[in-house]
Parts: sequence; C-alpha cells; structure tokens
Amino acid sequence: MAEHIERLRFAEWEGGISPFAVGSKKLGMWLFIVSDSLTFSGLLVGYSYVRIASERWPMPFELWPTIVMATLMTFCLLSSSLTMALAVRASSLGDRSRTVRFILLTMLGGILFILLHAKEWAGLIAEGVRMWENPWGVPLFGASFFTLTGLHMLHVASGVIYLGVIALGVSRGRFTHEDVEISGLYWHFVDLVWMFIFPLVYLLSVKMP
Amino acid sequence: METTHAGHAETGPKLYYLTWVWLLTLTAIEVTLAYFHLPVRLMLFLLMGLSIVKAALIMAHFMHLRFERLSLVVTLIPAMVLCIALLAVFFPDGVRAFRLAVR
Repeated sequence: MAEHIERLRFAEWEGGISPFAVGSKKLGMWLFIVSDSLTFSGLLVGYSYVRIASERWPMPFELWPTIVMATLMTFCLLSSSLTMALAVRASSLGDRSRTVRFILLTMLGGILFILLHAKEWAGLIAEGVRMWENPWGVPLFGASFFTLTGLHMLHVASGVIYLGVIALGVSRGRFTHEDVEISGLYWHFVDLVWMFIFPLVYLLSVKMP
Repeated sequence: METTHAGHAETGPKLYYLTWVWLLTLTAIEVTLAYFHLPVRLMLFLLMGLSIVKAALIMAHFMHLRFERLSLVVTLIPAMVLCIALLAVFFPDGVRAFRLAVR
C-alpha cells in the first residue's frame, strides 16, 4: 500500500495525491486567475466589438498628459511586480523584515498607479466624458473605457489591501511563505492584465500629432 | 520539475531584474510603435504580439510558472490562450455588425 501511494505521489496523470505539486491554496489562486482572466477577456472582447462596430470611434488620447501618464502607470505596475517577486524571494529565504519592506514597496507602486489613474479619469471627466455620453458622440466609448479600467483599478485597490494584510501578518510571524507567494501571484496577474489594457485601450487610441 | 522552497530560492534576483528590464524595453517599443502611421490591423497584430510576449515573461519568471511541474503549466496555459483567442473569435462579427449598421 505504501509503495502504491509513493508511486502515485510521483505520477503526474494517474490521479495521484498532488498531481500539480502545489498546495491547494496556490492551486485555488491559479484557478481564480484563470477565471478572472476570462472576465477581463470578456470585457476586452466587448470593448473591441463595439469599437469595430462603431463608425467613428474616438481616438482622443494626447501624448501629454494621457499617454505619458499611462506609460508611467505601466512603469509603476511593472516595478511593483519586480519588488513583489523580490518579496517572495526574501520570504523563501526566511528574511521576514526584507519581505515586509518589499511588500510595502509593492503597495507603494500600486498606490501610485491608482493616484495617477484617478488623475487621468478626472481629466477625462473634466473633458465631458461620462458613462453614457461624451463630446465625440460615441456613448459606448465612456461605457467601455470606464468599465474596463474601473474593474482593473478595483483589482489594484483590493490587491493593495490584500498585500497590506499579508505584510501585517508576516511582520507578526503569522503567515507562511506560501501565503506570500500566493499574494504575489495575484499581484503579478493584475500587472499582466494591464499589459493588455494599456495597448488595446490607450495605444490604439492615440491622437496622431 | 519538482518545486520546493529551496528551488525558489535558487532563482536569483538577477533573473527578476533582467525580466523587469525586458518588460520596460518592450513597453517602450510599444509606446514608440503607437506613433508610427501603420494600418490598424498591422498595429493591432504587433501590439498584441508584444503584449503576449510580456505576459509570457511575467507568467514564466515573476509567477514562477517556468519552475512549476509541467502538469500545472499545461493545465493553465490553454485557458490563457483561449482568453486571447476569444478576441479573434468575436472580431469578424464586429466587422459584420458595422456593415449592417444603418447609415
């Protein structure tokens, strides 16, 4: 019997004890990421669909401020992903204070992203872009833009709170390395989604000089 | 490809910094590309191609997928491919809707 279990443990597709060789929490986060990417994919499909099906889709984004700010936001997210990866590494080495420091840096990146994004939204709203209307006469522009970037911003905001809880727990010695790693997976996923929103929503709508 | 805590520690910070530099470089290329006067289909193709490379870099290195067991990789990747393929599935109908529009 013991031999049988040993064989199953190392067999990849025979219904073994751990076919993926990851903990259940980590597998759960991966499954959440798969389903969440389908959510974002649905929104991106919707945005692209109404864009193709519109006669004159507005392309209002000027180099300054929108594109420069969006590029800065991308920089913030990518750098926060780097610090998160370093936090996971520090945690795997058992260095708790470095882990907390890197998680705090990651949260800073996320907060900067939200602030820049909010400023950009405020600029668009000041121009008269709303959920249901805008100066260019294509109401679906505002609807798809605010829904897509809004849901992403919600993910960043909840990610910052999630990381805050993890950082607090790690500093009190409450969470294991796996918990830090799982929060890292979520954060990198939020970064990954932005890698598609940035070109599809911003870079394909630049106002040519 | 057994993953242990020690296995994670072996991936030095150099890989992360290198990945970060590559991601920033690809982003810079994307932003520059956006200001070229290219046909929209070619632009979409190039931007999506670069984004898929960036996503792959993030998943492989930052999310450690390169160091996970192959069974996990082959379970997750098709789902991600499907998400991107969905765009291509719906594009033709978007064009059709445009042609049907009353103008």
